[in-house]
Amino acid sequence: MPELMQFLLSGLTVGAVYALVALGFTIIYNASDVVNFAQGEFVMLGGMITVFAYGAGAPLPLAAAVAILTTVFVGVALNKLAIEPARGAPVVSLIIITIGASILIRGVTQIVFDKQIHRFPAFTGDAPIPFFGATLLPQSLWVVGGALTVFVGLYLFFTKTLTGKAVLATANNRLAAQLVGINTGWVMTLSFGLSAAIGALAGVLVTPITLTSYDVGIGLALKGFAAAMLGGMGNPKGALVGGLLLGVIEAMTAGYLSSQYKDAAAFVVILAVLFAMPQGLFGAKSTERV
Amino acid sequence: MKVLASTALAALMAAGPAGPALADIKIGSTLAMTGPASFLGDPEAKTLEMLVEEVNAAGGINGEMIELIQYDDGADPNKARTFAVRLIEDDEVVAIIGGSTTGTTLALMPEVDAAGIPFISLAGSISIIDPVEPYTFKTPHTDRMACQKVFEDMQKRGISKIGMISGTGGFGASMRKQCLEVASDYGIDVIADESYGPKDADMTPQLTNIKATDGIEAVLNPGFGQGPAIVTRNYSQLGIDLPLYQSHGVASQGFIDLAGNEAAEGVRLPGTALLVADILPADDPQTEIVRAYKTAFEQKYEMPVSTFGGYAHDAFRILVAAIEKAGSSDPEAIRDAIEETSGLVGTTGTYTFSADDHLGLDLSAFKMLEINNGGWTLVD
Repeated sequence: MPELMQFLLSGLTVGAVYALVALGFTIIYNASDVVNFAQGEFVMLGGMITVFAYGAGAPLPLAAAVAILTTVFVGVALNKLAIEPARGAPVVSLIIITIGASILIRGVTQIVFDKQIHRFPAFTGDAPIPFFGATLLPQSLWVVGGALTVFVGLYLFFTKTLTGKAVLATANNRLAAQLVGINTGWVMTLSFGLSAAIGALAGVLVTPITLTSYDVGIGLALKGFAAAMLGGMGNPKGALVGGLLLGVIEAMTAGYLSSQYKDAAAFVVILAVLFAMPQGLFGAKSTERV
Repeated sequence: MKVLASTALAALMAAGPAGPALADIKIGSTLAMTGPASFLGDPEAKTLEMLVEEVNAAGGINGEMIELIQYDDGADPNKARTFAVRLIEDDEVVAIIGGSTTGTTLALMPEVDAAGIPFISLAGSISIIDPVEPYTFKTPHTDRMACQKVFEDMQKRGISKIGMISGTGGFGASMRKQCLEVASDYGIDVIADESYGPKDADMTPQLTNIKATDGIEAVLNPGFGQGPAIVTRNYSQLGIDLPLYQSHGVASQGFIDLAGNEAAEGVRLPGTALLVADILPADDPQTEIVRAYKTAFEQKYEMPVSTFGGYAHDAFRILVAAIEKAGSSDPEAIRDAIEETSGLVGTTGTYTFSADDHLGLDLSAFKMLEINNGGWTLVD
């Protein structure tokens, strides 16, 4: 029984990491149908900049703030310099641009910082918390808490605020959105900035657990993307549930079946779900009007 | 092909006046200075540059200056092979140091063999020197030796039943296989065998299973990168009260920093003398050489010295000693002189090559280290 509990806690910890990354995908996707493959790089930047700001003597909260603001700047720059000039291009081209941007960010990071693996201390110490015979690190609670907070924030943003609805409207039909007075250029800038902020926040929260280096972005983005697809792309609830589910499946497979099949089992479940529900668990049914 | 090449070479040498013993001695290298294995190639290339400068400043080898021709293969086997051909045919080098990775090394071995150019590899795999190829040597110890060193230490502590948790990356997978092969030689039973992906963030499920296995006495973690640091942290999180062994893949201060002093306390691993240069006893044969290399490298490049740079250091020392001894820069004579190398002290160990041993290290090349209070101590 303590084993099951430990597997579950491990799954929730890892799952919350995936969920945080997955949540970052939702805004840009909602605003433009673009899956931003540089999202993992935002997470990496959040972690790496915090590491170096903290190493330079800044207190942790300040270092984290610097990291998040810098990453927002990078996100907005990505939109202004690469996405906006290609406005008329099809979504696939835009997605490829984000892949290019992710390679660029990775390259610049390894030159500006270094190629080593880093971490900074957990926010509230490393003493394991006993929990029904299993143990949990305090940082896991921060990650789970962070994922829940971001989820609630995004949910309220998209359903209760005018700006959030403007973002959704822009995705739905850019021309119509412009006609009703939505500044769609500004909506895009906002969504890249917000996505970058969420990504960087994720990086700050998860680095004490996952560690960070210039190349962690790809792996995180891949798992985050899988989680988002599982839950339903663009839906914050889907990102949260998809992430947690993915983490728990992995941990259970590693615990009860074999650690060799951990990744395979997770992807088999994703495939099975997508066969039955192509939109993911919580994805909206898409109806294309012609 | 081989016959053709050597005939061509013979014809060339007969035609030339005094053979290659003219101007500078040209040494070639192809290393992964950039790309995914740059953590290997970068310090290796820097080390070679530094040592060539040093030797030339001191008057060269037998009065002749060394010219170093370096190429960056980015760990791409195809490029390594192309560069080897270019080094041999265009640059006409007398020896090659290189192959940061096993892949690049294996790709260029047929070329050096066909051309009869001595080649010292800086890659780990045992397949490079087993079976022995006449022109290929290597300086890093093998994974198998790391396993043997660890098992030897376990045997001394009376441990016979262990669990293994290995990374599925190239390094972890290869070492796991080697360890499983030699475990029984030391009376060690691997009764739990778990794995994790190179980018995994939490290994508590695997460790929980190992912990729950009856009779387990110690855990060994072959792996590289962040995995072992996370394993070490999870190990302490779960409060597993058994000896934990890591591999030489994480033998660096960086590992202790990532794992944290508390979690890393008591962890043992096989490492090279270079890592513990400061605490080596003065009468250790390696003390002088590792301290000299460490000081010179750290002063010149302002970055901590690494085991990998040490491999290049040793390869270069072996080559220089062989050229001195051969008294000529004829590749064939250099090859023979390398094979006769005996008792040459390097940063990795003491090398004694022979016709059927082109690695020339024994288990004494590894020091068993234990982490105490965030620093290293020698176990024996």
